[in-house]
Amino acid sequence: MNKATQNNTLAPHLWIDSYADYLYNYAVARVNDTDLAKDLVQETFFAGLKSSKNFQGKSTERTWLISILKRKVIDYYRKINSKKGQAEVRMSFYDSGDNEGDWIEERVPQSWKNETEKDIENEELKSQIDICIDNLPEKYAVVFRMKTILEIETEDICKELEITSSNLWVMIHRARTQLRSCMEQNWFNK
Amino acid sequence: MINFKSITCSEANEICNKAQYNEASLLEKVKLTVHISLCKVCSLYSKQNKILTQTFKHKAADCKIHRHTLNDEEKKKFEEELKKHFK
Repeated sequence: MNKATQNNTLAPHLWIDSYADYLYNYAVARVNDTDLAKDLVQETFFAGLKSSKNFQGKSTERTWLISILKRKVIDYYRKINSKKGQAEVRMSFYDSGDNEGDWIEERVPQSWKNETEKDIENEELKSQIDICIDNLPEKYAVVFRMKTILEIETEDICKELEITSSNLWVMIHRARTQLRSCMEQNWFNK
Repeated sequence: MINFKSITCSEANEICNKAQYNEASLLEKVKLTVHISLCKVCSLYSKQNKILTQTFKHKAADCKIHRHTLNDEEKKKFEEELKKHFK
């Protein structure tokens, strides 16, 4: 533990050396955009300095800063979530009428030509996954990455993004539906 | 007539996606198994979904090793910005 936290006071002159990488890594993992992540970290430092008198030393400096960053991530998430006119995912199912819940003919999964297990370590496959994730609407991409790539517990994601678990599963379902067809077109049946 | 599939393909896929994270309930898993045994398309979907899950897991393992860091120049820029902001 460093001196600053022992004294219940902050040491902003040490922040960048001590926490910039930690906060940056946290942010990149969630928003997957290095420039945006840098902005969020920068804003976290600003906000931290601005409200430094509220720091009571109940937590460590690092925990305090990460809680500010978490707020910034939620704000960002809310913003992308409320964006109007964002292209909705074209789902694979009829959503009304007699065929409700059945596969739309042209969206039925095709047999994959290259589904061999040895491909799994392939670097190109990994970058294709990245491309497909980046093609998702950002709000689905954030949730999908947290759940699938960062492997964070459902409960923790819900807390972190302030969403319900049924909300989370709907988004995971939509993300995976879209990813499946993206991977089918660009990898497995290419 | 009794609907033996009991759930729609859409619902089956939702459960299937949840099951990829081992978070489907027992009842959901039973419904899914019954549906898959009767529906060829969803059976294929389920099989492919498992392959996707495997590839995502490899991706996740990769990302755990790799940590994102800032270079000295970027940190310096941060520092200057902070100073500018709070003179």
